[in-house]
Amino acid sequence: MSAKAKSILRGIVVAAVVLYIAFLLGPIAGFDVPAIAASIQADPKQLIQFLIIGISNGAIIAIIALGYTMVYGIIELINFAHGDVYMIGVFTSLTVLSLTGTLNTNDPVKIILGLALALVVSIASCAMLNATIERLAYRRLRNAPRLAPLISAIGMSFIIENLGLIWASQSWLVPSFGTTGGASQKFFPDLLGTIFTVNGWKVNLFEYFGIPLRFTIKDLLVIVLAVILMVGLYLFVQRTRLGKAMRATAQNRDAAKMLGIDIDRVISATFLIGGGLAGAAGLMAGLYNNTAWWFMGFRAGLESFTAAVLGGIGNITGAMLGGFLIGLLASFSDGYLNARWTHAWVFATLVLVLLFRPSGLLGEQVGQKA
Amino acid sequence: MSKRLFVLISVLVAASMLLAACGGGGGGGGATLKIVSSLPMTGASLTQTQTIVNAEQLRLEQANYSACGGKYKIAYEAWDDASAALGKWDPAVETENANKAAADKSIIAYLGTFNSGAAKLSIPILNQAGPLVMVSPANTYAGLTKDQSHGAEADEPGKYYPSGVRNYARVVTADDVQGAVDANFMSSKLGVKTVYILDDQELYGKGVADVFEATAKKIGMTVLGHEGIDPKAADYKALMTKISTSNAGGPPDAIFVGMVVDNNASQLLKDKVAIMGDNTKVKYMGPDGIQTQAFIDGAGKDVAEGVYASVAGLAPENYTDAGKKFLADYEAKYGKLTEPYAIYGYEAMNVTLAAIESVCASGGDPTDRAAVTKAVFATKDFNGVLGTWSFDANGDTTLTDMTVYQVKNGAYSAVGTFK
Repeated sequence: MSAKAKSILRGIVVAAVVLYIAFLLGPIAGFDVPAIAASIQADPKQLIQFLIIGISNGAIIAIIALGYTMVYGIIELINFAHGDVYMIGVFTSLTVLSLTGTLNTNDPVKIILGLALALVVSIASCAMLNATIERLAYRRLRNAPRLAPLISAIGMSFIIENLGLIWASQSWLVPSFGTTGGASQKFFPDLLGTIFTVNGWKVNLFEYFGIPLRFTIKDLLVIVLAVILMVGLYLFVQRTRLGKAMRATAQNRDAAKMLGIDIDRVISATFLIGGGLAGAAGLMAGLYNNTAWWFMGFRAGLESFTAAVLGGIGNITGAMLGGFLIGLLASFSDGYLNARWTHAWVFATLVLVLLFRPSGLLGEQVGQKA
Repeated sequence: MSKRLFVLISVLVAASMLLAACGGGGGGGGATLKIVSSLPMTGASLTQTQTIVNAEQLRLEQANYSACGGKYKIAYEAWDDASAALGKWDPAVETENANKAAADKSIIAYLGTFNSGAAKLSIPILNQAGPLVMVSPANTYAGLTKDQSHGAEADEPGKYYPSGVRNYARVVTADDVQGAVDANFMSSKLGVKTVYILDDQELYGKGVADVFEATAKKIGMTVLGHEGIDPKAADYKALMTKISTSNAGGPPDAIFVGMVVDNNASQLLKDKVAIMGDNTKVKYMGPDGIQTQAFIDGAGKDVAEGVYASVAGLAPENYTDAGKKFLADYEAKYGKLTEPYAIYGYEAMNVTLAAIESVCASGGDPTDRAAVTKAVFATKDFNGVLGTWSFDANGDTTLTDMTVYQVKNGAYSAVGTFK
């Protein structure tokens, strides 16, 4: 038997074992095929509804995942603080909206201007924050053993989380934080909904077309913004001079240096872009889920990092794919399996994918080490 | 690090540990009795737990931090059993607190915990340390003190008390009462016929949801589903979409959530309102874990409008005279009280101090943990701020009043009191 046939045979055996386990133990975790089939049959349009929810959530995850994957691609560091930079993005947007009076107005023009300003400020400050983290906590450790920057990344994550905790208690800055302290979840007003209801428009856009599903202005904004950012980033990395320098640095840092590329500048730029994307994701998530919480970066970071690994770490297209996959998986699991097991299903899928494709769905893109 | 430096530091550390141990031991023989509380003070529950700590300190100030006619000084420490890493109570920290309390002989009472899941860990540890008495101001999971006939698991509560002696009492009414009152309220006062149940998968949240489910079925409500949620998820829109068609294609009459505010309770409500509309059409109710201003602030005033939540005890406007005096004293010192658990914190400290006094009065030694434990369990017809009540043999209060609150204009206000 040839080696290829052997490996195919082994693949089939492993797949059979996995499927056997899934069908045997699956029903405990809600993977009950007849029940799922029955509920799809009873209400087929709900399938599309879960698809919409999954894509919207996936878009936010994908944007954050880009920051993880870019940084990993270039310096092979898991920037654990990245999820928390996204959390700061949510608080920055909320604070800008509060200081400009956008939270207390019904005037659509003012709201749109406020949102635009919040987007710019949030992107700028998160970019600066991320680059500062790199300058303070990672640059000196660039040639240290790999565990050292990893630990300092976790440390930065805790510092920023506590910054969020303090921020959330400053009710003089944002009166709607209330008097219950920084630890509790804060309300991020539904400004898009306000614009629509003030003008008498329908929040659910599908109502105009008579489709009995929910596709709100929030879903539309999140998806459109995400696509713009992703395409923009892709073009930037592929077409610009700095993008080319980034790819060169990722491939081989020393060779890039020899060719005259300023490594420090390129790495700083990577952190700036990653942080800016996290800032944009912060505003998107705030508008979509209407929550600001000091702890929200942890879970978002975990899911986005998983997305990056799923798609192939270092691979920008892979991070987008991974983000959407995780969003869809979570949404379908909530809808058809059992909400209690959603987290487990997401990670079980990650494990399965890594078993068969250890470098992720689209393959890793990291430097070639000597 | 050089070897010599390492040795030096090791010696210093060892010496300071030795000194600390002596210091702790020395306190046990003399005039100071220490009382500690162990409550989650990092996370959204802080809104509630801070008022408990305030109230406990208020009671101690009134007692001038002394007991038995000035023979003993009382020291108080508020311990945190939450961690920043979890953002809520942390099993590792609670276990550490219990072990620390067990080892410090000057501690004669442990006022905690806030979360029933935490009590499950610390009761057995403290049970074998004297036993050291625990008085909880907030745990409501029935199985901590009661057996199967009250909705507990088969091996409860025996497994929590390895020494065979009870050392855990609570001043708050348990969930076998709360879950049942909530179900009856929904059925008879709100006219709910179909209900979907969600819980946060914790001992407390799942416990109260289970009692609710059992009672709901018994009184003829249709339970469309009972699911645990992932308490850290970014949103629950898919879950709420599923629930919105769970009642033969339409939404249920009501949703009951068994959870504490730390477990994403505000987000869950937001997504419910986003998918199924405000709380007049599809009613929304939870237990005491969401009866806190933090829940309303997190969800937004308009979103939370109309939500129901139940808490043991009377509404502030119906407090006994002693209760009203407590409220006045509290607000004079700490400002407006929005949280329901402060009075239980006060009562927990109150009953503990009374037990210490009664040990002294009968010529006993209040530094003896077993004597204090016995005195707490002997509490009968106690005239406290909650009314006149006793501890039964299980350590449960004889009070069974439950008050249901509803969010009106961004704050909880009482709807009525039930048994």
